[in-house]
Amino acid sequence: MMTGFLSPAETTALILSLQVSAVAVAAALPFAVLMALLVARHRFPGAGVVDAVVHLPLVLPPVAVGYLLLVVFGGRGPVGAWLWEMFGIRFVFSWTGAALASALITFPLQVRAIRLALEATDAGLGEAARTLGAGWWDRLCTITLPLALPGIVSGAITAFAASLGEFGAIITFVSNIPGETQTLPLAIYAALQAPGGEVVAARLCIVSIVLALVFVTAGNLVARRLWR
Amino acid sequence: MSLEVALKHRLGDFVLDLAFVTKGRVTALFGPSGAGKSRVIAAIAGLMRPRQGRIAVGGRVLTETPKTFVPPEARRLAVVFQDARLFPHMEVEDNLLFGWRRAPVKADAARIAHVIGILDLGGLLRRRPHDLSGGEKARVALGRALLASPEMLLLDEPLASLDAARRSEILPYLERLARETDLPMLYVSHQVDEVARLADEIVVIEKGRVTAQGPVFDLLADVEAPVGVPPLGAVLDATVAEHQADGLTRLAFDGGVLLVPSLARPAGTKVRVRLRAEDLMLALEEPRAISANNVLPCSIAAIKPVGDHVDVQLRCGGTRLVSRITGASATRLQLASGQQVYAVVKAVTVAREG
Repeated sequence: MMTGFLSPAETTALILSLQVSAVAVAAALPFAVLMALLVARHRFPGAGVVDAVVHLPLVLPPVAVGYLLLVVFGGRGPVGAWLWEMFGIRFVFSWTGAALASALITFPLQVRAIRLALEATDAGLGEAARTLGAGWWDRLCTITLPLALPGIVSGAITAFAASLGEFGAIITFVSNIPGETQTLPLAIYAALQAPGGEVVAARLCIVSIVLALVFVTAGNLVARRLWR
Repeated sequence: MSLEVALKHRLGDFVLDLAFVTKGRVTALFGPSGAGKSRVIAAIAGLMRPRQGRIAVGGRVLTETPKTFVPPEARRLAVVFQDARLFPHMEVEDNLLFGWRRAPVKADAARIAHVIGILDLGGLLRRRPHDLSGGEKARVALGRALLASPEMLLLDEPLASLDAARRSEILPYLERLARETDLPMLYVSHQVDEVARLADEIVVIEKGRVTAQGPVFDLLADVEAPVGVPPLGAVLDATVAEHQADGLTRLAFDGGVLLVPSLARPAGTKVRVRLRAEDLMLALEEPRAISANNVLPCSIAAIKPVGDHVDVQLRCGGTRLVSRITGASATRLQLASGQQVYAVVKAVTVAREG
């Protein structure tokens, strides 16, 4: 279907978008769960600061996030240079860099959804599990995370949908390279820059709208299906 | 198995400062709402760490400030909470086996079948908690706690959230449990009928302090017990002696015989009966031609005026009884300690059958 509607280059952008978003969400998920556990369950000094820092990518201009990534993970950045020398890992001009940028931008969305789900679960259930012999790790795996699962899944879907639309951070950090870092929004932008590219841009827009609708609806459906 | 509890803890204006030791198999923690009963359970279970205190079960020290604190998951004390706290994402069967899977010593298949049998859970195993009624939830919570093979069962008002009909549906299960297993239990309640049916020993708690403690037979019938102790009434264990041709059943107890309407239990069965203070009338001479089936010769042990009525402590053989009469009647009869009287029993409540 797609091959009939989209050109091979456009299909590449679509597949790359899905790939970048999937990797971004999957890589950020474990960290999002840990962070949500930390802020939902513990009152510690500096909790407010941690919460603000987590939410920062949500409110910062994506271009700024992309620039900061470039400074830290770029070829001459402290982390970027070290990764390249030690492991031969490079984020700049690579689709993995696009995934890193997307992961960072959508991280707060995941943390927020998981945290809300954790806070909505009855702490008494954990107590009951304790008296029945379940230790911390045991309770996390059998009570806490299963009860938060709808929140985890809906957070992941929302983050995935948001990641499909990420533009500023990606183009700043890893540039606009067809077949490597050119995701759907970057392809739309590139099409608009070229003379007579409106039709291509319109086609890609339609694809973006359909994808967004599908994933946002799915996220809402899962969020509503809570245990009990 | 003994339970030793000593706690000092402050929460805002509320001060918990109490100590008790009990060796009863079923001990009732009795007291009004807000007396601190649930806090005591939480401290014993390890869900609350007292500022100061010592808790030992069967000689094993679980809490001893400031050094010793065994975490709840290592205490092997199962709690049945008032709100059941079933895991909503698991079927009843997985709820039941949650503690069992984690128990160091596992109940065998026969025992699992037995618990499922006595609690009537066979038909519920595939259901989810939100499909259960309140009474069913209470039964599952009880079964889940039992199958964890705890060293002691802590019941925190397990029936308080149920209406009267549901309560009377669950009580027989608890009774069977108290009768058929030798698991020690601490039963928190503010319902005297539950306590009279189940408990061997009572610890009365008020405003964070222990105000009275003793065997259920003594304390519930003691006119000298402090205010706050449950409404007075004798509790006595009797044995089914004979089923008479006239439809009555003879119950023998230490002090005589009680006749009750036919009780479908074989001779030799132990039953527990309650004689409420309001249900005992006093007569100076043995009444004849009277509809009451039971007239017990007693001696007066003590007389205690309380407001406009009088509580009369009676001895009937080795059994302590109590009668509540009006002050006017006490004056008219000129009752005195040591006097021989006849207690006319208006009603006998069979609290526990078998």
